[in-house]
Amino acid sequence: MRNPWAWSLALGAVLLPAVVPGYGLYVLTLGLIFAAAAIGLNLLTGQAGQVSMGHAGFMGIGAYTSALLSLRFAFPLALSIPLAAVGAAVVGLALGVPALRLSGPYLAVATLGFGTFVSQFLLKWESLTGGYMGLKPHRLLWTSAIPEDWQLYYFTVAILAGLSWLALRVERSRLGRAMVAVRDAEWVAQASGIDPVRTKLAAFALSAGYAGLAGALQAHVVGFISPSDFSLQASIFLLSAVVIGGLASVPGAVVGAVALTVGFQALSGVRDLRSILYGGAMVLVVMFFPGGLWRLRLNGLFTRKPVAVVWRRSRATGP
Amino acid sequence: MDGRLLADVLVGGVAAGAVYALMALGLVLIYKTTEIVNFGHGDMATVCTFVAYAVAVQMGAPLAVAVVLSLVCAALLGALVEWGIFRVARTRHATVLSLVVATLGVALVLNGAVGVVWGHDVKTFPFLWTGPPVRVGAALLPVDQVLNLAVGVLLAAALYGFFRYTVPGIAMRATISNQAAAHLVGIPVDRMFALSWAIGSALGALAGILAAPVLYLEPNRMVDLLLKGFAAAVLGGMDSLPGAPVGGVVLGVLENLAGAYGSLELKASLAFLLIVIALALRPQGLMGTYRHRRV
Repeated sequence: MRNPWAWSLALGAVLLPAVVPGYGLYVLTLGLIFAAAAIGLNLLTGQAGQVSMGHAGFMGIGAYTSALLSLRFAFPLALSIPLAAVGAAVVGLALGVPALRLSGPYLAVATLGFGTFVSQFLLKWESLTGGYMGLKPHRLLWTSAIPEDWQLYYFTVAILAGLSWLALRVERSRLGRAMVAVRDAEWVAQASGIDPVRTKLAAFALSAGYAGLAGALQAHVVGFISPSDFSLQASIFLLSAVVIGGLASVPGAVVGAVALTVGFQALSGVRDLRSILYGGAMVLVVMFFPGGLWRLRLNGLFTRKPVAVVWRRSRATGP
Repeated sequence: MDGRLLADVLVGGVAAGAVYALMALGLVLIYKTTEIVNFGHGDMATVCTFVAYAVAVQMGAPLAVAVVLSLVCAALLGALVEWGIFRVARTRHATVLSLVVATLGVALVLNGAVGVVWGHDVKTFPFLWTGPPVRVGAALLPVDQVLNLAVGVLLAAALYGFFRYTVPGIAMRATISNQAAAHLVGIPVDRMFALSWAIGSALGALAGILAAPVLYLEPNRMVDLLLKGFAAAVLGGMDSLPGAPVGGVVLGVLENLAGAYGSLELKASLAFLLIVIALALRPQGLMGTYRHRRV
């Protein structure tokens, strides 16, 4: 982490409970959970260039897997949450296979279909999922008392730090660079020995795993899940968080997800106005800061180096 | 099942498909010219349907006037979105994905605006044409579905004529097939973009007005129609204008068959099941062309 803004963010995250009241911390915790899913979506969409408009579906799969494992089979949460991530990753891998042939709007609509299917499925299979009524998963407990907001907050911060570290490692690994190559010029990547099929499948699985883990965390932090938590709206929310924060950037995904969640909760009393402000903000960010909030020139306060803007269309032409 | 019911189901499916086709045509037109998948299409249609509602029901003007005003509004709105937002974003090298996210933003703004102006209670929208059911071949069709069918066929013919015989239509096709070359021969590419947004948006508004009497009016009522429009567009081929009505009709008929012989619940999720199967077999849609990736 060479970027001083990243350090300030991390420091701020640790010191925040001193100044933010209980409910505010709870909202921030939710934002951080969304951030985990956004980091995952960012690996797939920002890094590997595969759009997903149904990522909340993976969150739903993770949430219900962990909730059902712990409720029905008395799995400890330390086991059910990782299993939820694995389960979501397996589904992601399975979705990745038909998605290999699709790109652009076709992939967007197919993943949107997947997300809609998951929430319909959760709604209809009432005997297992409780339908509209949802489920009440166990709260995260490590003592006999119900955890305080600040405890949940630090717990989530710790997990998110681990997930961000992993994502940053992946970004710089052979796999991460292969993803960028496949995103920018698939056949050039193929010509230089990268297997696009394996790269895309890995991106799908990893990204779905992140979302599944986030869903499981949400289930046990909130203590209630229902199919409407993982609807098309949630998928769109995630995608906008990634784009507004800044594509192909781990801190960008975190900033986008936290900012959107906090704004969303703060304006929950005035729904129509919230829609207008939200939509307006999305449009303005795309119009004036196509690189996302994270790539605002604020970075220049610390460094004079120009900020690279990733995810422009590749300028390279011709074979 | 007897043949009469089957005929009813089939013709009814085609009529329902006509509305999906209108929605899909607008989406495909905008996608073909500007490469933007417009997720704001449903909410743009909602706004314009509410305009028609305001003129016809709240102000008591004749329905025909309301429809015309609404379509004009739709065209202006489409052009405004393209000129005010996407043209600016393009000059700043926004990626196609972020443009698509901007359409989601447009959708949210319009959705909120409709809620502020007209509130959230469900409203009834008058049928454009009322009367006894009409016999179409072996099937008996409600008169509003006959209208859907007629409007769908007429518009398909009108669009064909527009693209085949008129100067702006041909210019738009030139823009679609090669922007740089179109620009070189003096076609105002920017204006073609705005024109395609205007026409696409008007087609969406028309679909909204035709569907509103059955669906009723409420800020979020068009989401389903938008998804069906997408399903139809992708099924037919996102880059194929003739594909859109084909996709719409196939979707409408299959949906009606599933509703009649399967279950109504199946009807809702069938659209997406169908898309996934169709895309697995033909990733470019039924009538789309396989596009080699531009490098």
